[in-house]
Amino acid sequence: MEKKEYKKIVDRHKPTETRVQNAIISFLIGGVVGAIGQGLIDFYSSWFDISTRDASTFMIVTLVFVASLFTALGFFDKWVTFAKCGLIIPITGFAHSMTSAGIEYRKEGPIYGLGMNIFKLAGSVILYGIVSAWLFGTIRYLLMGGI
Amino acid sequence: MTYKYDNVYVGGYSTVVGPYEKDGPLSKGFDKCYDNLYNGEKTWEQAEVRLLSDSIDILLKKIQKDKKNIDLLISGDLLNQITSSSYAALKFDMPFFGIYSACASSAEGIILGASLIDGGKIKNCISATSSHNMSSEKQFRNPTEYGAPKPKTATFTATGGASIYLTREKTNIKVESSTIGKVVDMGQTDPFNMGAVMAAAAGDTIYEHLKALKREPSYYDLILTGDLGVYGREILIDYMHTEYGLDISNNYDDAGTMLYDLSKQEEVMAGGSGPACSALVNYAKILPKMEKGELDRVLFVPTGALFSPTFVYQHENINSIAHAISLEAVR
Repeated sequence: MEKKEYKKIVDRHKPTETRVQNAIISFLIGGVVGAIGQGLIDFYSSWFDISTRDASTFMIVTLVFVASLFTALGFFDKWVTFAKCGLIIPITGFAHSMTSAGIEYRKEGPIYGLGMNIFKLAGSVILYGIVSAWLFGTIRYLLMGGI
Repeated sequence: MTYKYDNVYVGGYSTVVGPYEKDGPLSKGFDKCYDNLYNGEKTWEQAEVRLLSDSIDILLKKIQKDKKNIDLLISGDLLNQITSSSYAALKFDMPFFGIYSACASSAEGIILGASLIDGGKIKNCISATSSHNMSSEKQFRNPTEYGAPKPKTATFTATGGASIYLTREKTNIKVESSTIGKVVDMGQTDPFNMGAVMAAAAGDTIYEHLKALKREPSYYDLILTGDLGVYGREILIDYMHTEYGLDISNNYDDAGTMLYDLSKQEEVMAGGSGPACSALVNYAKILPKMEKGELDRVLFVPTGALFSPTFVYQHENINSIAHAISLEAVR
């Protein structure tokens, strides 16, 4: 049988993914995470009487800590599976990817295990985060003269 | 390559599983169930070694043989350099062959063992296999605590060790014949749809087997593939009909759809997979049924996807293989 014909058979038996439902869940939960973040910023800036900029850093640290703690406690992966990009795209996804890799590879020791593997998933985020920051920074400089 | 055996019999079998399999419908058929995925070990890899060595231990007890009386141990698994097998083999001090056909490893082991027994080179052998959900996830996919969503076609690697004892001494299950499969490439590239990758290999091997022995699918009470899952199972039925004009829908099932309760255990998605999957279902459900007289002729067709993450990332197609073994009840 030709590969093309086989592909037709495979396509006939491919289940439809619930993309719209996934998108709605991700949108709602992602929104809730954003709202929690904003709530934290407001809370920190009024409670500690600090600037919004400093409060934002506090908020990021809080979300990273909570996501890492929940990953370590073993139930955050189930939340992520349910919420999908709603928890993966915010900073919680970044923390989750690093903590899960850290937990997984600690048995291979601090150097060859933890150290070499902790950025296994997060490495792409960091690299392309920096690349896109450079790219958009350059565009902004060229168009707006660095304002 | 298809050939018959004159004097190879199944002298015993054993199964050891983890918590997900224990919660499945075949729970009562397993010899030992662990409630924890670590099985009292420190790492996933050591946990898999334990599953395999436990299954060999239990098998030796069941057949009442000392390890000195076993001529050969053949074992295969999914981990890099088939280390689960070799570390488990260390404990038993038996002549050892480590093999790899991915999830079709149990079939390769049985065919090699049966051929050596039939050729008169050895009197008996143990063929074993193992897989562990977590050690496989770690090696082939993401860290186990990472909750990446998966498509519906994804399968769930079975956690378990399974061993079978083959002997020249007559028992009530005969290894009647076997077909060695070929590597098949059907242009599939999705590692989350292994059923689609492997269904073609299963189909080709089943067809070659039936053709060589001039048999119809209805000759067998059951044709059991390894780990195609819900969608792979449908693809195989369709493929056999479209390509060869053969209807296998009446007497065909897939071990991947039988190991778990697919309606309740949603985490398994399209069903079980891994080298242990087909062996667990065969040894915990099918062979006992043959001994009870409920099944007479079974064609056991474990299926394996031959690939590595490296080749997938380099955009190579995922190849597959399937070997077939005909088992017959002796009355």
